[in-house]
Amino acid sequence: MTIKLATTAMVLLATAGTAHAEKIKFEYWYGLTGDLGAVVAETCTRFNASQDLYEAVCVGQDGYDKAVQNTIAAFRAGKHPTLLQSFDAGTADLMLSGEFYPVTQLMADTGVTVDWADYFPAISNYYSSSTGEFFSMPWNSSTPVYYFNKDQFAKAGITEAPVTWEGMEEAFKALKASGQACSLAYAPSSWIDLEQFSMVHNVPVASNNNGYDGLDTELLFNTTLHVKYMEDVQRWLAEGYAMLRTPAAGKSARDSFVEGECSVFFSSIADHNTIHKLTPAFGWDVQIIPTYEGTERKNSVVGGASLWVLSGKTEDEYKAAANYLAFLATKEEQQFLLENSGYIPVTKSTYDSLLAEGFYAKEPFINRDIAMKSLTWSEPTPLTRGIRLGGMIQIRAEWLAEVEAALAGQKTMQEALDTAVARGNEQLARFAQTYAGKSFP
Amino acid sequence: MRRAYFKFSWIAAALLAPQLLIIFVFFYWPSAQALYWAFTLEQPWGGGNTWVGFDNFRKVLSDPYYWGSVRVSVIYALATTVLAMTMALTLAIFVDRQLAGYKAYRVAIIWPYAVAAPAVGLAFQFVFNPGAGIFSYINTIAPGWWDLSKYPWQAVTAIVVAGAWKQVAYSFVFFLAALQSIPRSLTEAAAMDGARPLRRMIDLQLPLLTPTFFFLLVINITDSFTDSFGIVDTLTGGGPFRATDLMVYKIYTDGFRGFDYSGAAAQSIILMLLVMALTFVQFRYVERRVHYT
Repeated sequence: MTIKLATTAMVLLATAGTAHAEKIKFEYWYGLTGDLGAVVAETCTRFNASQDLYEAVCVGQDGYDKAVQNTIAAFRAGKHPTLLQSFDAGTADLMLSGEFYPVTQLMADTGVTVDWADYFPAISNYYSSSTGEFFSMPWNSSTPVYYFNKDQFAKAGITEAPVTWEGMEEAFKALKASGQACSLAYAPSSWIDLEQFSMVHNVPVASNNNGYDGLDTELLFNTTLHVKYMEDVQRWLAEGYAMLRTPAAGKSARDSFVEGECSVFFSSIADHNTIHKLTPAFGWDVQIIPTYEGTERKNSVVGGASLWVLSGKTEDEYKAAANYLAFLATKEEQQFLLENSGYIPVTKSTYDSLLAEGFYAKEPFINRDIAMKSLTWSEPTPLTRGIRLGGMIQIRAEWLAEVEAALAGQKTMQEALDTAVARGNEQLARFAQTYAGKSFP
Repeated sequence: MRRAYFKFSWIAAALLAPQLLIIFVFFYWPSAQALYWAFTLEQPWGGGNTWVGFDNFRKVLSDPYYWGSVRVSVIYALATTVLAMTMALTLAIFVDRQLAGYKAYRVAIIWPYAVAAPAVGLAFQFVFNPGAGIFSYINTIAPGWWDLSKYPWQAVTAIVVAGAWKQVAYSFVFFLAALQSIPRSLTEAAAMDGARPLRRMIDLQLPLLTPTFFFLLVINITDSFTDSFGIVDTLTGGGPFRATDLMVYKIYTDGFRGFDYSGAAAQSIILMLLVMALTFVQFRYVERRVHYT
């Protein structure tokens, strides 16, 4: 009896010991914070509970830019994580450094299957090489839309949310006539006003097909339809249809909308979930971002962040990371993310089965897939694959500072955009010089 | 001038070593690294850099917005220093005069120094925010008059006030200590000669404070150049349109947010030289008027 007990105990100990030893750990640093950060942490818990071979150690880094900064510092010291959640603007340097493991390659090497053809082209084009190889794993994806106050629209007699800027201006006028003081809560955003605007209008932000074809790129947005649009925005502000609503000016555009002060604001579809939680005291809905009449509408592109696998880790860690990424790509996990955030599905099959299940027919998800309509409006053209520019963060900052100066009446919009382009071009030249002789893979 | 000579001693060297090592690791090593990066184009993920000579400096110094940044940094440093030292001195004199409740003030005024700069910025958000802060009451009287996102001078005023508020505590402690070290017999003698408090302050206390005054001037100016980051980041974010883009904040945004390590390194070297030059000027021209007892 005692011998039997002892052996059982030993067997138990041994299995426990081996099970413990076999768990391969890998580190994952993410940038999302608050509620969304908690969702990331939850995916790790779910992954760890779903199998007993691997363990994801997930560490929040308090913001996208800090996640990248901290990873660079750690990388230079050789103590970096296997996985990094990086935002679009932070990746040009990473691409050219070559210090990453393309996920297509990773999955092939570790024998984990992912159906790459299942990804929406507007998403896959954004995250893959010129040869169609995925660099990083799409996960939390979004695209911009506009939010509108249904009650105020109805009061002004607007039956359908406009999809052209001309129609939008009519709506502004109707809203004003109905006694609505502020139609549009405007906050300058280069992501929406410059990048996505240029995508849906099929006009370039920069030469070399928005930087995809080489490093000797120059910005072009001071010569395109973008100028007219920004001048229209300025006019709407001057004529009292729009009001500047930024946190620095005292109130964000979203707060202004939720309080019912302004009828329309532009933002990522990721805000859909947030606005639901804020429970505005009126009916509201979303619509695709407008285009000018006379242009053939194209797809918008994906925003948000993707997951990068970094170089210099062990084979075991790569295997673990590959399994985690494949786990995130499953329909169940995509649905988990969608239910707990405002993000959108990244694969066609998941979207189709969600549609079939009536996911988008019930609150709070009704019409959230308007973002899918925007993303899949057309096959991506050479100008709507995305933007691949070095120094993107500074270029965005230059654009913002100059546009703010123009909106404050310091200079004309054309002068402001000319300056932003000239200064942005200096950044691009500097970036090309830093990576002389290299090109985007 | 007398000079003292010391014999070299291994014990002294051994005792000094840990301190020197810390200074080397945390000051000379990073400074040397920054100096090297300032003359190259450094790739953020490692993987090589190119020697570019003075290119980084030329680029920075030929940028009109950079000179705007230098200008506002100097304004910020001078304004916060003057404001902080004036307030600190006034408060210290009141506490030294032992007015009612001075014991409570003595402790309370030291507290702000323990508050981290970003927290100071956040706290002043509640004061200066044009939509929800205390200053928003101005906007209920004159709509749109107070708007940090529109008027550069308002944004600069806001960071100066927040920066000065944080500096007051430090200067206060030193001023108070200096005031209390003035021998009572001097003050009493002056009082017996018929000097009233204001006269005693001007003729007696202030001249005896000059060493402290000079020390605080150097420390405050250096501090305003290098420690303003947290306040700018939380209060204005460098805006509106670069009006509060202080040199140290620009270094952060270019280097860490924008991955331009070399440009940021060149800016750090320029900032270091500027602070050194200002300190030199102060020692050369201001210290002459200081009388050490």
